[in-house]
Amino acid sequence: MKRWTVVVLVVTAVFLVGVPSESLAKTEIHFWHAMGGQLGETVNELVKQFNQSQAEYEVKALNKGTYPEVLTGAIAAYRQKNPPHIVQMFDVGTQTMLMSGAIHPIFQLMKEQEIPINWGDFIKPVTGYYSKDGNLYSMPFNSSSPILYYNKDAFKKAGLSADKPPATWKEVGEASKKIIAAGAAKCGFTTSWPSWTMLENTFPWHDQPFATNQNGYTGLDTKLLINGEFGVKHIGQLAAWQKEGVYSYGGRMGQPDPKFINGDCAMLIQSSAVIGGFKKSLKFEWATGQLPHWGPPYKKQNAIVGGGTLWVMKGNKSTDYKGVAQFMRFIAEPHQQMWWSVTTGYVPVTQTAIKNLEAGYHFKKNPEQWTALSQLSAKPTANSQGHRLGNFIQIREAIESEMENIFAGKKTAREGLDAAVAKGNDILKEFAAANKQ
Amino acid sequence: MKRAVFKNRGLPYLLVLPQIAVTLVFFFWPAVESLRLSFFKTSPFGDKTFFVGLENFQKLLVSPEYYQSIVNTFVFAFGVSAIALGAGLLVAALATQKVRGLAAYRTAVLWPYGIAPPIAGIIFLFIFHPSYGVLPYWLGFVTTYEFNWLLKGWVAMTLVIIATAWTHVGYNIAFFLAGLLAIPASVLEAASVDGAGSIRRFRSIIFPLLSPITFYLLVVNLIFSFFGSFGVIHAVTQGGPGRATEIMVFKAYNDGFIGLNLGSSAAQSVLLMIVVIALTALQFRFVEKRVIYS
Repeated sequence: MKRWTVVVLVVTAVFLVGVPSESLAKTEIHFWHAMGGQLGETVNELVKQFNQSQAEYEVKALNKGTYPEVLTGAIAAYRQKNPPHIVQMFDVGTQTMLMSGAIHPIFQLMKEQEIPINWGDFIKPVTGYYSKDGNLYSMPFNSSSPILYYNKDAFKKAGLSADKPPATWKEVGEASKKIIAAGAAKCGFTTSWPSWTMLENTFPWHDQPFATNQNGYTGLDTKLLINGEFGVKHIGQLAAWQKEGVYSYGGRMGQPDPKFINGDCAMLIQSSAVIGGFKKSLKFEWATGQLPHWGPPYKKQNAIVGGGTLWVMKGNKSTDYKGVAQFMRFIAEPHQQMWWSVTTGYVPVTQTAIKNLEAGYHFKKNPEQWTALSQLSAKPTANSQGHRLGNFIQIREAIESEMENIFAGKKTAREGLDAAVAKGNDILKEFAAANKQ
Repeated sequence: MKRAVFKNRGLPYLLVLPQIAVTLVFFFWPAVESLRLSFFKTSPFGDKTFFVGLENFQKLLVSPEYYQSIVNTFVFAFGVSAIALGAGLLVAALATQKVRGLAAYRTAVLWPYGIAPPIAGIIFLFIFHPSYGVLPYWLGFVTTYEFNWLLKGWVAMTLVIIATAWTHVGYNIAFFLAGLLAIPASVLEAASVDGAGSIRRFRSIIFPLLSPITFYLLVVNLIFSFFGSFGVIHAVTQGGPGRATEIMVFKAYNDGFIGLNLGSSAAQSVLLMIVVIALTALQFRFVEKRVIYS
């Protein structure tokens, strides 16, 4: 027994001290991401292609869990002065990263490494979201927007046209009621990422302001505007539908997906990112439509990009950054752009990639991959360029907590949204105070 | 009690040194660090830090969410303790019966304690999740009641209480079992001869003799619920719906690691520490007097 203890201690000690590593021929580039399942496999494949394409650098991709976990991990690593080179961060982490002082802006990196990238080729809703003063700060990687998925079998069973998804919320309600009455599904629709799909995107989609200061782009003293007439109308309708069974709240993030996958709900509003997974796993006929709209008097604007971008962190050996820049160029190339988009369901983010895909009739053959892109085609307005809110992860949580209170019938739409705005404004004030110059 | 006598005066200190070192490094250091952080406001990446005095505490004490998390914590802790102690005692009592395969049965009832709380949470999700759980699916055949704890706060709370109690009941069973087996059979037989039924025997003999263990377990269960119950809630409800299951330790984690508000998170940890220290001190002072130690 004692001898074993000694052995264990010695082994542990050796590991703690660190096994001296042999000098590696290739420079390692560490890339932390939040892509699990099918998406994670695709990232690994992309990285493998890059590693095989040249001999100097070896990108090591590591799935560090959810986006907030990746962020927390990157912060801890940065504070211990051992950050990964590249960190994938989701849209709502943008302001936190921008203000962190820990990042190396992508436009600057490429300039320094003298690897030109035609930034003008990137589509506007993407560059608009991740730029500051006209310069792109992080590398567009996985961009998506929320779309409507519908179960064609259930639509047919309810006597609805399986080729015409409901385009307005009114039609969503009517179709749902017919589907439930026909016994084609238990509920009409459910929504993944509730705050992202039902507020953060629904507001710009109707050209409505989400927050002051052009959704936070022009200052830190920002306040939320989601408790206005439009927000109350939209969330109030969802709450009424929840009561009737038309809408079925299914939790946060991707938790509601199973309701659609197992046929309980005939429609799902979720990121286009799940297309790749759905193609493999869904056991019924399905198709997609644009995010539903309320129609006039509201203008149909554009959805905002979700998903993530790649941030380059400061604090590594200066010679490593050449490899980082080469990897960035690699993923920006049309071929990789197209392959990534076709495999996953994320939208291609350069004009060239889109044109090439069109030339190959890709979108004709795969209309579901056109849906998300079509929502991003309008020229963004001040209300629809994106959201730049500090501590947005926490704000999203505050909003979703209140959405739950509303859908549970504990609060009216107005009471709940008022509470979400009050809490969200507190969080914004905290962020502004912690980041005052 | 036998007193150990050491000839070498330094030896006893040397022997307790590892324990003291571990306590200092893993308990006192982080605690002091939390206390220090609680007076600061820090940007997420730690590049900007301001001293703010008691502002973090003051903000918490006017925040309704914080009070809700305190109420949630007490409901949760007493719920978990009551169920884990009650079920633990019941199962332990059953495990003292003379049945075939007793050893295997006793081993089996201890198993849940070997399951890590997050795993237990995932298991409960697979059983109870409204979208893909087995139980709501079966319930759908017999009733129209919607077992939707994604919106019903009290159902969610009940669920995490039961899940947490389940992970902890094995620990209680082990202690109760040891306590029950230590009660001399002769005393119980004498009581039987005097005409005491099984309930009377339990109330007048077994329960008082078990009271030191029960007291110890109560303290441990409460502290476990306050501090160690994070895994299940993280896996099952993430504090939702609408903060209904957001207990203090989860809120501290969430505000610190998801919300990146380290100052507030540190302040919450300090308050949580104070609550637990006070609770333990109170229990030792008032409850201990009524506990019979043999």
